[in-house]
Amino acid sequence: MTCILETQGLCKEFGAVTAAKDVNVRIHKGEVVGVIGSNGAGKTTFINMVTGYLKPSRGEILFNGQSIIGRTPRAITRAGMARSFQVAQLFAQLSVLDNLLIAVSAAQSPFPSLLAPMRNASRIEQADAILAEFDISRWRDTPVTAVPQGVRKLIDIAMALIGDPQMLLLDEPTSGVSAEEKTALMDTVMRVVAQHQVTVLFVEHDMDVVRRYVSRILAFYSGEVLADGAPEAVLSNPRVQEFVTGGPNAHKRAAQ
Amino acid sequence: MRLSKTELILLGVAVLLAAGGVIAPQWLVFLLTMALAKAMVVQGVVMQMRAGLVTFGQGLFFCIGGYAVGMSGHFLNITDLVLLLLIGVGAAVLLAMLLGLLMTRYREIFFAMLSLAFSMILYGVLVKSSALGSTDGFNVKAWTLFGWTPASGQAPLALFIIIVACSGLLAVLLHRYSRSSAGMMCEAIRENEVRVEYLGQSPRWVLYMNYVAAAAVSALGGGFMALSAGHIDPEMAYWITSGEFVFIALLGGTAHVAAPFIAAVLFAVVRTYAIEWMPHSWQMILGFTLLAIIVFLPKGLWSLFTAQARRAKA
Amino acid sequence: MMSLFAVLIDGTIYASWLFLVAAGLTVIYGVMRILNMAHGSFYAIGAYTAASLVGWYFNNGIGPVWVGYLLMLGCALVAGLIVGLIIERGLLRFMYGRDEVLMVIITYALLLILEDTMKMIWGVNPYFAYQPYAEMGRSALAGLKVSNYDLMLVGVSLVLGLGLWLWLERTHQGKVLRAVIHDREVAMAMGVNVRRMFTLVFVLGTMLGTLAGALTAPAISVVPGMGVEVIVLAFAVVVIGGMGSIEGAAVGALLVGLSRAAAVHYAPEFELFVIYGVMALVLAVRPQGLFGRVLARKI
Repeated sequence: MTCILETQGLCKEFGAVTAAKDVNVRIHKGEVVGVIGSNGAGKTTFINMVTGYLKPSRGEILFNGQSIIGRTPRAITRAGMARSFQVAQLFAQLSVLDNLLIAVSAAQSPFPSLLAPMRNASRIEQADAILAEFDISRWRDTPVTAVPQGVRKLIDIAMALIGDPQMLLLDEPTSGVSAEEKTALMDTVMRVVAQHQVTVLFVEHDMDVVRRYVSRILAFYSGEVLADGAPEAVLSNPRVQEFVTGGPNAHKRAAQ
Repeated sequence: MRLSKTELILLGVAVLLAAGGVIAPQWLVFLLTMALAKAMVVQGVVMQMRAGLVTFGQGLFFCIGGYAVGMSGHFLNITDLVLLLLIGVGAAVLLAMLLGLLMTRYREIFFAMLSLAFSMILYGVLVKSSALGSTDGFNVKAWTLFGWTPASGQAPLALFIIIVACSGLLAVLLHRYSRSSAGMMCEAIRENEVRVEYLGQSPRWVLYMNYVAAAAVSALGGGFMALSAGHIDPEMAYWITSGEFVFIALLGGTAHVAAPFIAAVLFAVVRTYAIEWMPHSWQMILGFTLLAIIVFLPKGLWSLFTAQARRAKA
Repeated sequence: MMSLFAVLIDGTIYASWLFLVAAGLTVIYGVMRILNMAHGSFYAIGAYTAASLVGWYFNNGIGPVWVGYLLMLGCALVAGLIVGLIIERGLLRFMYGRDEVLMVIITYALLLILEDTMKMIWGVNPYFAYQPYAEMGRSALAGLKVSNYDLMLVGVSLVLGLGLWLWLERTHQGKVLRAVIHDREVAMAMGVNVRRMFTLVFVLGTMLGTLAGALTAPAISVVPGMGVEVIVLAFAVVVIGGMGSIEGAAVGALLVGLSRAAAVHYAPEFELFVIYGVMALVLAVRPQGLFGRVLARKI
């Protein structure tokens, strides 16, 4: 299997705080990887660095074998790696359709036209298509501020998918969504993602959700990768249980 | 290039206005010409506002447009109106292409203050330049059009018709721009710049193009103002002048391309009477009106009409 | 050599004046994130108050000279207190939390209102209160004649700057203030009465502004529009130094003061150009100002 994303000795310090320490990760094409870890473990920092929003203190990041250190998020997106956000990053004053149209327009050309209308037939078709895939067409003309949280998360992911990326990083795709809705939401997301044949890495706190879809788990703690491997192996790892999941014997361990 | 309903209405209004100018009294024609010239500058401010940037220095391009017209007449003996305006716009575009490289790195307060600074730099240079009349400025020569020299009585009406025609065309162009990919991208940048970056688009590039385009539009207004008033002075670049443009932009709102035109005319009419009756309270009235707009009508006067229209339909 | 000294002396005097004007502006921005365009008007109010009261005092030979000085400072501080309280309690406190640029526009509206208010109260003719300036006489400094009043201004600005800095860095109240500057929400969560702090800081800033105006009045003629001219210079200083930083305002004032003095002596046409040129240059190299903090957006 080809390696699509690789980090070597990735480190990030904010003054005295270590957000990432010697992170070595290799993601292969077609994998579905779950990233777990308590708050502050360094998951979002990892995504921020890998997508170019944060500059690492040390280390190397390779996407499809090419170094992407120092590249801007926009260059990395154009290279084929897209992401969604913990808090959905949408264009507040615009409608759902307009949000997607902007994503379509941005993906088409780095030099937007000054006179030709953004809302043309072909772009609308593309936007409508992805709305249908995610089954949120009925929100099409609603201002994005009036849309429920779950739909906001889906729009966030849809916008990332429009550019036809090779790899998709989802930062807590179900955050802010009620427990009952989490599974349904994730089902939708993973169904659409599978149709687009994208390598996926997603951050998640709910272990049931994680176990459902992934072929591999990365466990973060305090900026380091605690464990990396098949779900059963990682989740039964005692250190993972102590620091991340709080498994069946965690309270006994804590008392020792 | 088919015209939408809005664009047809805009052009229609322009035609009516031009026709009306023939029968209107001289003072009204003069007032409207200056108001429309100011409106063009305000359009530049609105273009920036749509991208989320407030400029306190659009007077820079207003002044460049005006001085280019005046200086071309004085030093190069150019009198053709079209040529003069093109020189004004060209000069502003060149300057904006240079300044834009720096300005597009900033947002919010820094953008506002930097734009103010550059406008004040021009003011300072002009005030100290005795060759250009320093604080008094100098008069602008009479204009010609493709060889035709209007008689002194004809010139104001002729200029009015020309500026109305230009305003109509500009309105159509700006209407298209606001709906274009670039125009919508400006709005997206205003809403969430980080997301635009993550979608693969360069916010700086879009803002740069917007900055240069806004400069061109404002310089056109400056050129027309110089031709209409027959006089230019460094006050055009003073930051209080820029503040006036911001006021008119807020008054009209950014929702529709017609708003700055209407707001500028309203402003001109109110100002004429207010200055006559209470010359020492005019600024205070402006100040209170500005506060009122911010508190009660944050989307400008235009929101009154759209709210009424929605209620009427319901 | 002589002109170099002249530049140094003139520059330092101008810098201390700039610092006095800019100190209030930067403090208000640092704590409240409000870039107060009306600060120039406070300056003008201080100047007008001082000029009218002191003018009356000295013209009628009412009492000893030193009382005249105290009167000048006292009335400026009182004016600042009153105006600051009215504006903060009457208008600004309803607007907190709004976009920073919107706050600038609101203060711009305030500026317009205050400018005409001053015209209503004091008329359009110039006011003079030259007596304190003339009283102090002149000294010779490195072969140049320097007004003692100007030297006193340098002293006052040094004392004020040091005082402000010490207050912020060494006192408990100063620490609380710095906490609010750093993270308003966390400070609130920790029990800081941010609202009261805002009133305090705004009134302090206003009083600094009126004080600067009162101190300057004896050296100039007080005319309408002086506030408007001053505010752009104050902006340049504050932006160069980094908004919210006292040290920044001091360094920025020195930079601008010396550059301007150099321009005035060697190339007068470039006076205003130099001031804004320095600002543009600093921002090009260090976008947040010399002592400013960069705030990255969290996603």
